Amino acid sequence: MLMPEPDQAMISRKRELVMKLREIVPGEGVIADEDELRVYESDGLTAYKQPPLIAVLPETTEQVSRVLKYCHDEGIKVVPRGAGTSLSGGALPLADGIILGLGKFNRILAVDFDNRCAVVQPGVTNLGITKAVEDEGFYYAPDPSSQIACTIGGNVAENSGGVHCLKYGLTTNNLLGLEIVLIDGTVLRIGGKHLDAEGYDLLGLMTGSEGLLGVVTEVTVRLLKKPETARALLLGFSSSEAAGELVAAIIAAGIVPGGMEMMDRPAIHAAEDFVHAGYPLDVEALLIVELDGPKAEVDHLIETVSGLADAKGAVTKRVSESEEERMRFWAGRKAAFPAVGRISPDYYCMDGTIPRNQLPHVLRRMREMSEHYELGVANVFHAGDGNLHPLILYDANKEGELQKAEDFGSDILRLCVEVGGVLTGEHGVGVEKRDLMPDMFSDIDLKQQQRVKCAFDPDALLNPGKVFPQLHRCAELGRMHISRGQLPFPELPRF
Amino acid sequence: MGDRFKPDSIEQVAEIVSWAAAETTPIEVLGRGSKAVLGRPTQTEYSLDLSALTGITLYEPDELVLSARAGTPMAEIEAALAEENQYLAFEPADYGPLLKGSAQEMGPSGSLGGVVSCNLAGPRRIKSGAARDHFLGLKGVSGRGEVFQAGGRVVKNVTGYDLMKLHAGAYGTLSALTDVTVKVLPAPEKTRSVLLFGLDDAEAVIAMTQAMGSSHEVSAAAYLPAAIAQEFASSRFPDAQSVTAIRVEGPGPSVNHRCAALRNELTGQAETEELHSHNSLSLWAFIRDVIPFALPSQDFSAESDAVWRISVPPAQGADYVAALKTSLGEDAATVRYFFDWSGGLIWLALPEKDEARHEAVRSALAPFGGHATLIRASADLRNRIAVFQPLDLGIAALSSRVKKSFDPHGIMNPGRMYAGV
Repeated sequence: MLMPEPDQAMISRKRELVMKLREIVPGEGVIADEDELRVYESDGLTAYKQPPLIAVLPETTEQVSRVLKYCHDEGIKVVPRGAGTSLSGGALPLADGIILGLGKFNRILAVDFDNRCAVVQPGVTNLGITKAVEDEGFYYAPDPSSQIACTIGGNVAENSGGVHCLKYGLTTNNLLGLEIVLIDGTVLRIGGKHLDAEGYDLLGLMTGSEGLLGVVTEVTVRLLKKPETARALLLGFSSSEAAGELVAAIIAAGIVPGGMEMMDRPAIHAAEDFVHAGYPLDVEALLIVELDGPKAEVDHLIETVSGLADAKGAVTKRVSESEEERMRFWAGRKAAFPAVGRISPDYYCMDGTIPRNQLPHVLRRMREMSEHYELGVANVFHAGDGNLHPLILYDANKEGELQKAEDFGSDILRLCVEVGGVLTGEHGVGVEKRDLMPDMFSDIDLKQQQRVKCAFDPDALLNPGKVFPQLHRCAELGRMHISRGQLPFPELPRF
Repeated sequence: MGDRFKPDSIEQVAEIVSWAAAETTPIEVLGRGSKAVLGRPTQTEYSLDLSALTGITLYEPDELVLSARAGTPMAEIEAALAEENQYLAFEPADYGPLLKGSAQEMGPSGSLGGVVSCNLAGPRRIKSGAARDHFLGLKGVSGRGEVFQAGGRVVKNVTGYDLMKLHAGAYGTLSALTDVTVKVLPAPEKTRSVLLFGLDDAEAVIAMTQAMGSSHEVSAAAYLPAAIAQEFASSRFPDAQSVTAIRVEGPGPSVNHRCAALRNELTGQAETEELHSHNSLSLWAFIRDVIPFALPSQDFSAESDAVWRISVPPAQGADYVAALKTSLGEDAATVRYFFDWSGGLIWLALPEKDEARHEAVRSALAPFGGHATLIRASADLRNRIAVFQPLDLGIAALSSRVKKSFDPHGIMNPGRMYAGV
């Protein structure tokens, strides 16, 4: 992975930068010691490591604004960071840039149950929001699997999902307002407690922009009332095709489950060995279908889905009769990643999305690739929304295996695009999938996206080297090659 | 208004926009023109009519996805979805009756491209989001004359910037959309509404807030003051009483259960009643399409009321109206209004004349936060009063830069939303 060449002149100015930054963020908020900086050298994508030049941990929006303005004026690169749980290297530091850590922005500022929203600082964890409102029976819906650790600011940057996306939406569908700081220090407030911000939907644009457009300093999230009840079915199938058919049949019956998760044979075995959830071991695919909502509805739909499962030839079927049993169904799925970690020295987690009906084809091709690369693969799949997480098994201590795993991963993602899907469903492009972007987008598409970036950050100081495979200067992108001509289509119908 | 181009391929759209960019000639971008009078009046010599770009290009009900050319009539989209018992969960409003006095026998007016470009949403907005939340992918021609695409056909996608959101509600000021992909969902099996009679504004908002804060998955909550309620022909409504309506949708047994629970929980506040299936659907169409303020004839006349659409924090809906009435003083009696979105959306009609009243609509908003859009008015009033909520300076500057990133010469619907955008 090629990162932009570090600017040695900037690196040599470290002492001066630290002094100036300490004038803005006093005390311990500026970290310059090389040992201490090692904490920030990578995020959840641990294959890449690079300590930053300096880490800055501001506590107020005003400090963020002054830090950014200083960096803007001096041409210093900035990598924003939440909890550092990104799986795509979105918070990978730069040798000649600062890390702007938002961890001290950890307060819940206001909860408004009447308007069903909460105003929080970006360093609050995803689960922390739910914890703050659950006494009143409310929760924050998006639930990425890292929700204990990941921050809401990071969720905004990555547009994080979770297992309940199909019914409850992604981060972008659960936000009402943001306070952001642009690279020149301008503080902007977008939206509020009302629906649909005025003007262009900058809230929607910011969400999923991977820290390239601005730094989020406050978030207003929607809260939902907890569903009255939830029940799940655990269903085993002798083929992934059969499991896929049930997923289609459930949707055709007009049912949108709260969650619908699939695991393939290697993932089932790894999970069962690890947590003993009682999963059947003689099946090729396991489906967990969770229905949530009013009790009357859930009981009714459980029966419907159960009937459909029989019709589609489920070889094992269990229906949760208690909260404890439901949690047990989920235990294996929730532990799938660490479970796979037990059977392989290392694993590489991928994140493509495909049209659901392409699953059998994609799994078949993946098995072929697995043989070709001589690396195992286990699959967990958000069957409701088509988001696939292949876990490629490798051993980093074996010469060349990391490279093989990465090549395997790239092949899988190209396959996702080929069948009508996308490179990343919820982990983000970051550095990891940056060089695959041209497989999904044309040069014109990518340049248009970069022009949007130029509207926010014309000097490309915010998180450079991420998302876009090629950096263009904004002036060059703005140029238009035009030739004046005749009115087009003289034959075109006009009215 | 001069020449109107009506291309039937994306290549032709690109050629027309490239020509306009080269000439720095502004063009009006139109879908089917049903909302052409929404926005600041613009003067353009040429218009780009996308109504010949029609047809559903992909519809996979099992995959919950539909793609269509941008000019495809909403009537066609909704008919195709209805055949599979599916729908657009954001419940797009048809502004035909409101803006043009058009009848709805032939189904909704407007195009899919128009619906997303105006980011429309109906009563289900409070539960399921607006057009922006269901807009998965796009293809279009930027103001640079370049064909580009963004997004995809799957729900979960963070590959690149979400340019769909940016185009939702951009009123054609960035690009001419040629292809739109949206998420579709199974339509609910049953719909039913709990009605509460005789509440005043503040009581209604309290009841709606309570219903929305329950676990009964309420999909809409609206309040019609007595004068507005009377205009809805239903024998179920008692005379001269306001109506607060709470909608639940879903499988039959669940809907029965939740309606009963809601009536039980909201009891004591007022007399209650239930509206079933057909009656319930027509009540929500009446609210969604702003039928109380529909134009009686095709043309906006001196006697027509101007209509505002106001978004506030839902629990503050009644407070806003009270503040507005206070500031209007004696003129308060000339204001007609009703609430949707549990109080978060206020439709307001008031006489066109007297600019001060219209300025009051916006100034009364300040303490609550939110925005007001002058949806219907004479061109004259739309020239004098900002149609869209004026933007904070920083946001305005950024919006102008975003506009230029797509449309450097400012040729796409220039000024339709804001001067310079």
